[in-house]
Amino acid sequence: MTAPATSQRAATVEFDHVTKSYDARATKAGAPGAVNDLSLTIPAGKICVLVGPSGCGKTTSLKMVNRLIEPTSGRILLDGVDAATRDTTELRRSIGYVIQQTGLFPHQTIEDNVTTVPRLLGWPAARQHARAEELLDIVGLDPAKYARRYPAQLSGGERQRVGVARALAADPPIMLMDEPFGAVDPIVRERLQNEFLRLQERLAKTILFVTHDIDEAIKMGDVVAVFRAGGVVAQYGPPAEILASPASDFVARFVGTDRGLKRLSLFRVGELPLSSVVTARVGDDGAIIRRVAAGQPFDHVLVVDEHERPIGWAPRERLTAGVISAEQVESTSPLLDRRTTLKDALSMLLDADVQAGLVVDRAGILRGMITVGDITALMRESAAVPLNATERAAADAAADAEAGGADAEADTAADAAAGTAAAGPAVIGA
Amino acid sequence: MEIRWDWIASHLDDIAVAVWQHLVYTAIPLAVGFVISMALAIWAVRKPWVYGPVTAITGILYTIPSLAAFALLIPFTGLTPLTAFIPLTTYTLLILFRNIVAGFEAVPREVLEAADGMGYRSGERLLRVELPLAVPLMFAGIRLATVTLIGLATVVSILGSSFGGLGQLITDGLQTFFPTKYVTGGLLAVVLAFVVDFLLVRLERLITPWARTRAELADPA
Repeated sequence: MTAPATSQRAATVEFDHVTKSYDARATKAGAPGAVNDLSLTIPAGKICVLVGPSGCGKTTSLKMVNRLIEPTSGRILLDGVDAATRDTTELRRSIGYVIQQTGLFPHQTIEDNVTTVPRLLGWPAARQHARAEELLDIVGLDPAKYARRYPAQLSGGERQRVGVARALAADPPIMLMDEPFGAVDPIVRERLQNEFLRLQERLAKTILFVTHDIDEAIKMGDVVAVFRAGGVVAQYGPPAEILASPASDFVARFVGTDRGLKRLSLFRVGELPLSSVVTARVGDDGAIIRRVAAGQPFDHVLVVDEHERPIGWAPRERLTAGVISAEQVESTSPLLDRRTTLKDALSMLLDADVQAGLVVDRAGILRGMITVGDITALMRESAAVPLNATERAAADAAADAEAGGADAEADTAADAAAGTAAAGPAVIGA
Repeated sequence: MEIRWDWIASHLDDIAVAVWQHLVYTAIPLAVGFVISMALAIWAVRKPWVYGPVTAITGILYTIPSLAAFALLIPFTGLTPLTAFIPLTTYTLLILFRNIVAGFEAVPREVLEAADGMGYRSGERLLRVELPLAVPLMFAGIRLATVTLIGLATVVSILGSSFGGLGQLITDGLQTFFPTKYVTGGLLAVVLAFVVDFLLVRLERLITPWARTRAELADPA
């Protein structure tokens, strides 16, 4: 994916006492799709997920922003301007719109689909063409291969990417996404979600994202609005806050009894302070290591190779005078990446011989250790705030950049190891 | 029965004129019928209550026998081409109206929603989205109406020898006990129906490249 040449403008979206009632006679709440006195402020450049059971009014709320549905009362302010005062057509062309079934035009090529809004806005053909190529590139579709195809020739996941590209075409400050990844299988969905988060990190659009899937809401949202039937927001806040302290029984039930684990999935190993670990290299003197380790509460010593890559644990009392060898290693621990979620880390620790997770970089070099205790301690701080979705994507990008260097390092290390091995039989034999 | 090839050879001009006249009796009612049906269909898609009455009225028109229609029109329009064109046109309405409406209704809801959400005005949406997507079902109606018209246009000759068309060859041939003439007229009407239908199929494929099956599309040239 290349860097998009898009501006970084975004807009705030504010629901101000918005009500939509479908049954004029009775004001009883609960008509499907109704919205009742909704007030929400979505900060510019953030992803706000509207989540709730079906018929809770989340899609209605979304469609009131681009006025596919008009509110019965209340105002929706876009950067402070009441949407109702704007020309509907002009308003809609300035807001990106992605829907679950993609709504691609079957009779138009992918390029024509992508340039829908620029064409409506009367862009010159050359600029439309250039924009189509740029956008297909951004969403990971090769323009040379896809531009002239028809939607029927694409897979579900590819069509969803085109849907996103089409919504981005005129660089709208606001995007409305109605279950945009709902119609694809879980593996493709996960990939599209990750790619979209990485894209959003650069685009920083204001995004309203509707889903009925709480896991998707937690993953995608900078802020999450949990709706309950009747179009009432039961809780509005960052995902970690909703998981840590649900505002009501309804929210607690909706996020599920495993909300502790879900909350863990918001944190990464890299967000925990890493403890140091006593290590011994193969070939070190066991007696010296034993003395050094004596002050440590942990009764195992980690044996590493000459490049600081973990081999496994040796019990402290078994270290005797003489050279430490790989045979003294009795047990192993899971190797964790800084990007591993705490949920996955905990799961691996519960399975392990020694309940400590070894944090390594891409080259496999030891950086530190975490324990189950470290994880539970973090979770007990209910105020603990994980990185938000976009910060996470930024951290990943940073880690990737670092890994680039580390990979090179690892190659060098591997070369060195190969050299040692070639020269080494005598040493090992001795 | 003996076919007089020499008669055919010496009357190629007359036969060509008859074929041409027949095509006119098909094309004009088709074009007029299509315009009327399209207007009615757009109206019915916007205002669903229109559908029932329009179907009922065009249905009644469809049931009027052609000879009866000519007889009833002659006091008003006399022996003019209008007397032929009016019933032929009304026969297309039921078929075309229903198929055009079906075509519009077959446009996926999410496509219309996406079009609205991206800021198509209603006229732009009709022209650029709904109409192209309605083409496959619309064409089914056009083909049916065309073939029906080619058959019905033979009846026009009952109005008199000045009306022409392939029906004229058939009527004259029968009246003069000259098989070569009525067999030629009949066969040409059948061939014409097949040829025109085939051309319409080709035309439809040409203007709906997107509607080919996935398998056909899968191999990008």
